[in-house]
Amino acid sequence: MRAIFKTAIIAAAVSTTLTAAAQHKSKTKSGSKAAKSSALISAATLANGQKVYGQSCITCHMVTGLGVPNMNPPLAGSPFVTGDKTKLIKIVLNGLSEDVEVNGQTYSNNMPSQDYLKDQDIADVLTYVRNNFGNKATAVTASEVKALRGKK
Amino acid sequence: MLSAAVVAGLLSFKCIDHKNGPAEENGQTAQKTEATVESAGLKLPAGFQATIIADNIGRARHIAVTPQGDIYVKLGRAKDGKGIVVLHEGADGKATVKSGFGNFGGTGIYIKNGYLYASSDENVYRYKLNDKNEVINPDQPELIVEGLINRRQHESKSIVLDNDGNLYVNVGAYSNSCQEKDRQRGSLGRKGCPILDSAGGIWQFKADKQKQHYGDGVRYATGLRNVVGLDWNQQLNQLFVMQHGRDQLHDIFPDLYTVKQSAELPAECMYALKKGDNAGWPYMYYDQIQHKKIMAPEYGGDGKKEAEGNFIDPAAAYPGHMAPNGLLFYTGNQFPEKYKNGAFIAFHGSWNRAPEPQAGYFVVFQPFKNGKPSGEWEVFADNFSGSQANTASGAATHRPCGLAQGPDGSIYVTDDSKGTVFKISYKK
Repeated sequence: MRAIFKTAIIAAAVSTTLTAAAQHKSKTKSGSKAAKSSALISAATLANGQKVYGQSCITCHMVTGLGVPNMNPPLAGSPFVTGDKTKLIKIVLNGLSEDVEVNGQTYSNNMPSQDYLKDQDIADVLTYVRNNFGNKATAVTASEVKALRGKK
Repeated sequence: MLSAAVVAGLLSFKCIDHKNGPAEENGQTAQKTEATVESAGLKLPAGFQATIIADNIGRARHIAVTPQGDIYVKLGRAKDGKGIVVLHEGADGKATVKSGFGNFGGTGIYIKNGYLYASSDENVYRYKLNDKNEVINPDQPELIVEGLINRRQHESKSIVLDNDGNLYVNVGAYSNSCQEKDRQRGSLGRKGCPILDSAGGIWQFKADKQKQHYGDGVRYATGLRNVVGLDWNQQLNQLFVMQHGRDQLHDIFPDLYTVKQSAELPAECMYALKKGDNAGWPYMYYDQIQHKKIMAPEYGGDGKKEAEGNFIDPAAAYPGHMAPNGLLFYTGNQFPEKYKNGAFIAFHGSWNRAPEPQAGYFVVFQPFKNGKPSGEWEVFADNFSGSQANTASGAATHRPCGLAQGPDGSIYVTDDSKGTVFKISYKK
């Protein structure tokens, strides 16, 4: 029974990724600059980001990055994730205790601060979520995280 | 290239952070003994039949059905300025929208003594009904209770009435476990949890007095983190509630709880309440595998220490995180005898089990005997999610929320995801 469940999850996750990737391809044919910067992201960074995601993010944002309706916002296709890095880093460092609207839907659960994570781990997990679940955006660096620690 | 890497990443995802746990399932003792049939996308015991009587009506939360067959559905968010939808079933088994009113979102709705009661996330209103149980003046409800706390978490105010002129309102705790910092890793519990003064319990108010505040009511029972499903048991003349147990044992205390334990614990509990009862949140949770009240880690617990305090035991316990949003004691004559006076529970479905597969998205039947849960619970109506894969990933098509019994003994199930109303009947 459990094996079936797991396979199903993986299948769902893979199909989400593939669909999103295909959509992305058609949208940004000319966006070679973004593609180039993403291509520079190392496998080690993504692997560590994925590990941190599994330890600190997955319970609320889910295996699929789709979140939970009305409660935990999706990371897939979210402008909060692929947009302004400063804002994104601050959410991870300080948490978020207000309703957020993502793509027309409202989410209300509190996000706790994740400031116990190392700068490099925060950088890697943000790079990972910015380049997973169909997202594509530039990497986040440890120095960018460090510069924002303690700033509300 | 990148996509391939990402896919590979996802494929390997299930391998990480699984350091623990026996392979067997978690005290999930539900048994499916009967043959099942498929009907309107649901899986039901043989002899039952489901129909979708309405679809896309909005975020359908709780539901009340009149003896004349009108159906009042409370919407989580008002749609086109209407937070209560009135449906009427035609001969073809489809319901049409008869009217709508009440410009407020919310969850609770209940009919008693010639009034329709409905709640927003802060207030309770009532509407006078005529002799056909139709709302006489939809634009002028009486404000019965106002100013209940709403801090965005566990904000829904479920309601039920007794036979002695009292209204019961759940006020959920605006917190997971009363930590100094909500859901923060390692943050400890606030001493003498102050949230319990105004939330985390059931409040009792007069059913017919206007503009009541906290001070006019009684904290009937405390130590209940969040109740969404509740019902008045007419046989026992007693309030029964379903508590949503706390989240994130592993995320907050990774040294004390494994990922798997965190997915399974704590139980979602059914409580039979008496005035003055304390169910123990946030100081304890109920462990359905050890069958014990366990001290919460925020308050010195380690997963094994038993709770200290005068806390009531649950009447029944179910696996963690499945979110019981609807409770209905069945008093009809249509269903086979075993269902009479037993409880139906709508489990909205989990999220807090990741990375373990999600669970729930079904209606459970809990047999009762002599006013007490008796025998194992069973899945009554399954597959609201649409498929096993949807259940596992949490991407459910329908999420069961409210339950009501119709005049002919059929039951109704609402779905606040797609806005569907199911009717389930027994055909001999």
